[in-house]
Order: sequence, then C-alpha cells, then structure tokens
Amino acid sequence: MKHLFSCLAYYKKEAILSPLFKLLEVCMELTVPLVVAAIVNVGIANGDKPYIVNACILLISFGVLGLGFALTAQYFAAKAAVGVSARLRSQLFCKLQSLSFAQIDRLGTSAMITRMTSDVNQVQAGVNMFLRIILRSPFIVFGAMAMAFFVDSRAALVFLAVIPCLALVIFAVMGVCIPLYRHAQDCLDKVYLSTRENLSGVRVIRAFSLEEREEAEFAARNGALLRAQKRVGRIAALTGPFTYALVNLALIALLYVGAIRVDGGALRQGDVLALSNYLAQILIELVKLANLIVTLTKAISCQKRIGKILDLEGEPSLLAPEEAPRRDAPAVVFGNVSFSYEGGGANALTDIDFSAEKGQTVGILGGTGSGKSTLVNLIPRFYAATEGKILVDGRDVAGTPAETLREKIALVPQKAVLFKGTIRSNLLWGNENATEEELLRAVKLAQAEDILEAKGGLDGEVKQEGKNFSGGQRQRLTIARALVKNPEILILDDSSSALDYATDRNLRAAVRTLGCTVFLVSQRASSVRFADKIVVLEDGRAAGIGTHEELIQTCEVYREIALSQERGSA
Amino acid sequence: MKNRTFRKILHYLRPYWLTLVLTVLLALANVAATLAAPYLSGLGIDCIVGAGNVDTERLLRIFLAIGGCIAVASVSQWLVSIASNRIAYHVLADLRRDVFAKFKMLPLRYLDARAYGETASLVITDAEQFSDGLLLGFTQLFTGVATILGVLFIMFFMRWQIALVVVFMTPLSLFAAKFISSRTYSMFGKQSEVRAEQTAFIDEIVGNLKVVKAFSHEEENTKTFEEINTRLQKCSLKAVFFSSTTNPTTRFINACIYALVALSGAFTVLSTGGSAAPFTVGNLSSLLSYSSQYTKPFNEISEVITEFSNALACASRIFTLLCEEEEPSDAENADLGRARGEVALRDLSFSYDPEKKLIEHLNVLAPAGKRVAIVGPTGCGKTTLINLLMRFYDADGGAVTVDGRDVRTVTRKSLRENYGMVLQDTWLKTATVRENLKMGNPEASDGEMIEAAKAAHAHNFILRLPEGYDTVIGNEGTLSQGQKQLLCIARVMLCRPPMLILDEATSNIDTRTELRVQDAFQKLMQGRTCFVVAHRLSTVKGADLILVMKAGTIIEQGTHDELLSRRGFYYELYNAQFAE
Repeated sequence: MKHLFSCLAYYKKEAILSPLFKLLEVCMELTVPLVVAAIVNVGIANGDKPYIVNACILLISFGVLGLGFALTAQYFAAKAAVGVSARLRSQLFCKLQSLSFAQIDRLGTSAMITRMTSDVNQVQAGVNMFLRIILRSPFIVFGAMAMAFFVDSRAALVFLAVIPCLALVIFAVMGVCIPLYRHAQDCLDKVYLSTRENLSGVRVIRAFSLEEREEAEFAARNGALLRAQKRVGRIAALTGPFTYALVNLALIALLYVGAIRVDGGALRQGDVLALSNYLAQILIELVKLANLIVTLTKAISCQKRIGKILDLEGEPSLLAPEEAPRRDAPAVVFGNVSFSYEGGGANALTDIDFSAEKGQTVGILGGTGSGKSTLVNLIPRFYAATEGKILVDGRDVAGTPAETLREKIALVPQKAVLFKGTIRSNLLWGNENATEEELLRAVKLAQAEDILEAKGGLDGEVKQEGKNFSGGQRQRLTIARALVKNPEILILDDSSSALDYATDRNLRAAVRTLGCTVFLVSQRASSVRFADKIVVLEDGRAAGIGTHEELIQTCEVYREIALSQERGSA
Repeated sequence: MKNRTFRKILHYLRPYWLTLVLTVLLALANVAATLAAPYLSGLGIDCIVGAGNVDTERLLRIFLAIGGCIAVASVSQWLVSIASNRIAYHVLADLRRDVFAKFKMLPLRYLDARAYGETASLVITDAEQFSDGLLLGFTQLFTGVATILGVLFIMFFMRWQIALVVVFMTPLSLFAAKFISSRTYSMFGKQSEVRAEQTAFIDEIVGNLKVVKAFSHEEENTKTFEEINTRLQKCSLKAVFFSSTTNPTTRFINACIYALVALSGAFTVLSTGGSAAPFTVGNLSSLLSYSSQYTKPFNEISEVITEFSNALACASRIFTLLCEEEEPSDAENADLGRARGEVALRDLSFSYDPEKKLIEHLNVLAPAGKRVAIVGPTGCGKTTLINLLMRFYDADGGAVTVDGRDVRTVTRKSLRENYGMVLQDTWLKTATVRENLKMGNPEASDGEMIEAAKAAHAHNFILRLPEGYDTVIGNEGTLSQGQKQLLCIARVMLCRPPMLILDEATSNIDTRTELRVQDAFQKLMQGRTCFVVAHRLSTVKGADLILVMKAGTIIEQGTHDELLSRRGFYYELYNAQFAE
C-alpha cells in the first residue's frame, strides 16, 4: 500500500477535501428524517400548514446543497484517482526501464504490460470508488447512529447493537470471498491459456489429431472455473440477505423500544418515524457497499501486484567499488568467467578466458544454445558474471558505472526491432546529437542506402516495431543505429542472419574500416574466418581460441563446423 | 438478426428453464415481502400515537408479520442470487464449451483470417459480458420492474393523489441520467483513444526493454511517456468526473420527490383527519419509504439496458462464430490406415482469395519414400502446398491423392496421422518437456522419448533445464528459438510417420547441429516420403526431386544437377541464395 499512499500524498488536498464534502452531503441527508419528524410532531400535530410548507422547502434546499457538496466531492475524487493512476503509471514505467536484464527475464513482457495498463486502471477505479462511495458508507452508518442518539439515547442502543453485527457479516463474507475470487481468477487464466494455445497451435494440434484431448483438458478447466465461480457466488450472495434481516430485526426492536418510550411520554410519534428512517438509510447504504466490495478487492489485489514491481530494486549503477580506467589495457578481457541464468540449472558459460586488444575483431562461433549471446551480453554488463571478472579498458565492469560502460559499447541484438517514428528518429537513438552526415554515413556503412531510397529517405515513416520493414531491412537499420553511436566496442550478435552473403561480406568489410573493437557473433564459420581471434563455444565452454589457421589445426569443434558449412556451400 | 440471437439465447437457457421459473417466482416473493415490510412498519407506527396511547397487542402481531416478511425476503433473496448465478455460470460454461468445440470444426481458412487474440476474447471476454449483462441483468431487470409496479400499486392503493405526484416526477430523473450519459459518451471515446495510444507505446517499449537499455534511451522514452500520460490524465479526469455526476443528480431529484411526498402527504393527513378513511402518519411513513425505494430501480434499469445492448452485441458475435460453416464432416470416410506414401497432386488449383489466383493446374508426383524439396521466393506458395497436403485447406480444383486415394475420401485424422510435421513457426504447449515430446505418441516409453531427444540433439540442453524433462515450458519461456525447433523435431521423431513435412524446419539451428539433425532425419526419412521447404543448400541438394515454385506455379522440376545444367530460374536462385 505504501506506493499507493505515496502517490496519493501528491493529491493530499483532493484526498481530504473529497471525503470532507461527502461528509457535508451526508449531513444534509441525515437531517432529512429530523425535518420529517418535525413535520409530524409539530406540523401535523398542531395542524400548522405554513410550518409544513416551510419544512418541505427546507428539504428541497437541503437537496440543492447536497447536490453542490456531492459534485465538489466527485470532482476532487476524480482528480485524485486519475492523478494517482497517472503517477503510478509513470513510476512503473521508470521502474521497468531501470530493471536489469535478469529481472526483465523473470517478469516477462506480457506481465509487465498488464501491470501498466489494466492493473493501473483497476487501481484508478478503486481509488475513485473508495473516495466517493466507500467512505460515504461509514459516514452514513455512524452519522445515522449519532443522529439516533440525538433523538433518543435509549432507542439508539438498538443502533449500537446492530452496527457491529453488520460490520461482522460484511467483513466475514469479504474475508472468505477474497481468496475464493483469487482462485476463480486463476481458473479463468487457465481457461484462457487453453483457448489461446489451441488457436496459436491449431496446425500442430490438428497435425497430431489432438483435438479431442485438448477438448477434454479444456472441459476440465472450464468445469473447475464453473465450480469456483459458483462457490464464491453462493457465499458472496449471503451479504444481502444477512444485512437485510439484521436491519429489519433492528427495526422491530426499535419499534418495540419506541412503543415503550412513547407510551411513557419520553418520545413522540415523529421521533419513532425518524429513527426508523435512519435504519432504512443504513440499509440502502450497505446494499450499495456490498456491491462495490468486489471492485475494491480487485483493485487491492492489482495494487499489490503493482507494488511488487515497484518494490524491486532497479539495476544499480555500480556492482562493486568504482575503479579507475587504465589507458594501456586491452579493450576487453574475460578472466575465468562463468555465468548461469537465475533458475537456469547448469552454467550457461564456464571458465571463459581471453582478451581482445583495441581495434581487433573477435569472432564468437558456436552452435545453438552454446552461449554466444550470453557471452557478449556480459560485456555491457546486461548480466553480471557469476564468477570471474570482465575488464573493459582495464577496469572491472562491475566497478564501472553502467552509463559510462554502455556509452562506449553498441550492441546490435539478434532480434531487430525499430520503433514507431521515422528512420531518422530511430537512428538518433544511437546519438541524439548526430548530424545529417553522420546519419547518412552510418546508413552507408550498414549497407542500408537502398532502404532510404525505397522508404522515402531519413524521414520515411516507421510503424510500430518497424512492421513496415522486412527482416533484412530492419537488421541493417539496427546496425546503422548502432554505428551512429560511434562506439569503441561494437557487438554484432548474429545480426546479419537475414542478409545474403554478399551484403554480409560488404558489411563486415565496412565495419573493419571503423577502427573500433568488434565482436562478431555467428553460426557461420565463413563470417568469422578473417577475425583476429575466434572464440569457439560449445555447451558454454571455450572449445578453442585462436585464428582460423590455428583453430583448423588444433580445434576439433571448429574443424567440424567449418567442414559442415563448406560441404553445405561448396 | 436480433431475433436469431434471441432464439439462440433461449436455446442455451432451455436446460435451465426450471431454475429460471424458480428464479422468477422467488424474485416475485422477494419483491412482495420487501414491499410489505414498510407498509407493516407504517402500521406499527400508527400503533404508537402518543403517551398512554400505544396498542401493544396489535404491535406484537405486526412484529410477527414483519418477522415473516424478513424471513421470506432474506431467504428468497439468497435463493434468487444462487439460482441466477447458477444459470449465468452454467450458460457461460456451456457457451465456452461450445465455442471451444467449434474451433476444431472450423476450417483454418477462417482461423487464419483473424488475430488469435480476437478469437480468444470471444471465449473469455465476450462470453463473460454476455452472461453478466444478460443473465444477471435479467434478474435485476425483473426485480426492478416488479418493484416499480408493486410500489405504484401500493401507492395508488393507499392514496392515488400522492401516487400521481410521484409518477409525474419520474421522467425528470430518467431524463437527467440520459442527458449525462450521452454527454459523457464522447469524453470516454476521447479517453480510450489516448489510452490506446499509450498502450501501443507501452507495448513497444516494454516489449523491447533490452534494446532500450542497450541504447540508454530511457530518458527520452520517459519524456514521450509523460507527454502522453499528461494528456491521458486530462481527458480521464473529464470522463471520470462527468460520468460520476449521475448519482448526485438523481439523488437530488429523489430528494425533491421526497419533499413533495412529505408535503402532499402531510396535507392529506391534516385534511382526512377524523374522516372515515383517515390517512395516518404511519401511512405517510410507508409512502415516504416507498418513494425512496421507487426511484432506485429506475437507475438500475437504465444501467441494465445499456449493458443489455452490449451483452447482445457480444452474444451475436459469439453466435456468428458458432454459425460459421464447418469443415465438411468426414465421419463417413474411410480410414487411410498406414500409407505407403505415394503422394500426387493432380491438376490442383487453389487460392485464398478468388480475386488473386495462386496455384493453378499443378501436377506433381512424389513416389513413396522419395524426398521432394520445394524452393522459391517468399510468397510463391510453398506454405500453401503444405496446407493442402495436410488438408488444412481443401483444393478448389483437382485433387491431392495419397497412395492413389483422393484425400477427401479418407478421414482427416487418419491422413494427418500419416504425416510428421515440423513448421517454421515452432509451437509448444505450456506443459512439461515430456508432455510436449510425447504429444504425437502418448504411449511412447521414456526410453523411446530420450532416444528421440538424443537423435534431435535436444537431450543435452533438456538436462540442463532446471527440472530436466519435467520442466514446464511454453511459447514464451526461456528456450531459444533453435532449442524449440529441436524439440519440435524430437516430437516428430517419436512418431515415425510414413510421410514428413518440414517447413524451414532447421532455419534456426546452426549448420553444425543441423548437420547432425539431418543425419538423424536421413535415418528417419529412409522409406518415407518427405516434403522439405528449404532455403538451405544442404537440404536441397540431396533431394530426389526439386520443385521450383514461382507465383503459385511450378516453373521447373528435376534434380539439383538437372536444374543447374538447365541454367534457368533455379540456377539464378541458387547463385543468389546459396552461393557465398
């Protein structure tokens, strides 16, 4: 709850004023039975018609005032609720952007998006409702009780007895229902999973003739959901009847006490009428409350889920005491580095040890899942090494501020994505202050000039995630984006897989002219053949490190890869 | 259209008609008991006139009657909730079951044309809105109407002059609610527009957080986000505030009605005092309580009606799906049995869109046990060919035959069981590795499964998963694309069908692993007919027959050497795509 409250703190004024005006509105409503009592006790008893007319005008003016107070309260409530949700969203957005890669992996994209969209909206609805309606109910309930004491303290004891019972019923039902609702939600998630999978995997399911089995599984999940819903429904439905019965039993008690008091002359008929009206007001309010509790519980659980993310520590800038850079050191050194993903079982990398001099090209070669991407992701410290040290410019990456480190490294990821905007706005991701010439130079180096021609130059439109570009076009533009950064270390993580051989070759030649240290990840031996150093990975271990000539002599794995591809392309 | 929807809804309600009738009766009992209580308490107040003027005996009898009302009202209310929940949830489950069952009957042509999310939301969101809106709404509507009629009846019965005052004031409340909701509609429209813009931005950025971080682009994103967020905040405030003015406004109108009833009631008490049929203070109390109960159902009804139209729209979407034409039944068809694997396409024509011709008059013969490679540029119809072979789609003209039998004369199940398929788009179920591997052959032993996994070079990485073969995997899990593909290959290896279809099956595997997988496939392919859509030379070269496709037609066919020597399209393609 602390995040919610910290956001609410910015709307302290609204969060206080809204219930305050609600309170005023409630006061207006609570005086109504007193006026009616006066009509009976004075107006009717004395046959005083002008008195009755005045009292009714008073009732209407209470209505007008109540309307004014209520609208003000609604306005402040809306402002606070909308403001809180805007703040929560923006805090979440910043938090998500500060997470480490490991945390991003753990949370998963779809969960993060749900937190930011539907969960925040639920919280907004909850806050709004809480300020507007939920707070109103206790006001009415306790206000009515206070007024009852004002009318007659003896009869008011009935109120004093019934209100705790009502509270008990509501909280008991709520306490039982909330976990049941959560269970029903889990069941619904499973039904949804079944549905989605059967649609996305329809070809495989039909190919294996699994329709019947899938249908049976769906039926089981659907049945579980049905049972869960019915169970929670049965219990939740108790609130209404119980509150109704309690309030009406209280009414009987009230009339009974009232009768004795009136008989003894301590009360008048109109007072009994007023007291019974207060009871009716309590009942109406509680019915409303019971209907809203579900929404509120939903909002609370959404709020909890959001809180879990906001509670995460973002990625720290430094993992170890800061070190000073050394000028004469190699560009990158891996010192006996091992790494395993969280919950990933065995090591993804084991005992990797090599160095890359400034300006060298290092090829990283290996099969699927051999740890190539993992290795290069350790250089900008997207993941922290489990054992051993990685030095960039002679200092431990753990002891280098993340911003400084990443400023000099450009990584072109496997998955080539562009962002909505223009080609220019995408290239500027690399360097905000790049000039037109710099952009065009990068495009040329990335062999992407033809894309500019085809898509209308630097200002050509890019749709969401670059959907209006082919895989190969996206790949070249993401390379251009990295080049705009003018990095000291360039990492190409298998980023030419969609390019044909000729373009790939030209690209490699162009990159060589840059003078930066290059890491070239590939499955193709031909791509890394001319690298100054090749690291051959197998199952996360370095099977060989050296030049093509050395490796072909000494490294069995390298020979196998090279031969397999030569045989393939001869 | 609407009529049809209603008929369908009734069809779904039929199994629960007894519960439905019970609900209606119970709701009536509930309304009656609820309405009797204020009348009785009014009578009670009339027993308490003043000091020394209290009719205790009559009061006790009234208490007894009120007690009866409480019992009837609470029990019936609970039962109504349970019964209407029962109907709603059961109909919801029935509907979901039927939609899900419909999926397997629908031709892929239908499913391919729609986003999965859209179709899935029919099962989840639309079905739920239908059951919530229509069925729970029904109880509310029925109770509401019954309450209004009941209150009017009692009020007219008690004092028709005062009842008239109430009736004349009613339209005011309805009008106000209508006025506000029509005004807020456009504000909500604006809000959802900006919200959609924000969601798209979130999707893009959060979906690619790693790229964002690689470029340290967080601050710029935050700026853009804040700009949209501020706009959203502004229009949300308007929408939320204006929509929340409905309740206070109707409450105000109720307060006016209340005052008028009090006024006219008090005057009636005075003017009828001492007459034969006096209007008592107790009567006034009952009327006041009715007048506050009377307006509430109106608000509920107007809400229910808006929900109704939404629910009807959801229902009609669902029923449209349920009425979609199904794949022709093949229950009568023969079982293909285990095929030898001779596949022929005879004068085959097919297109997704009648306007755009795709495959025309195609003739291919794949003898049993031969390997056929299909090559050609994107969009040439390679995947379509697979769709036709598997009978995911039916040909428009001509026929596909297996062992000389038209595939339309055998059951789809028996046809598909003869194929093993590995698609470019790797699909795994959210289940354990074991369940995924045994998908096509649940009877396989663990030993056989491990053997298949080893053959597909998947065994080693499976062991490195946190729980080995019992690790739950899924489409969004931690497996790399290549690893998923290896699993898909292992899955087929466990089935050993007479015919294989491989669509770019090894596109995400490095060549060295592919080579090993190819070796395993070689063994598997022996004596099996095999269709391979391939971009890789190694797969193409060893084929017995290469089909070169372009724009839906086969422009060349032959072996690798034959085609090269012809120096035609294949020769060009080969030089452009495969040569270094």
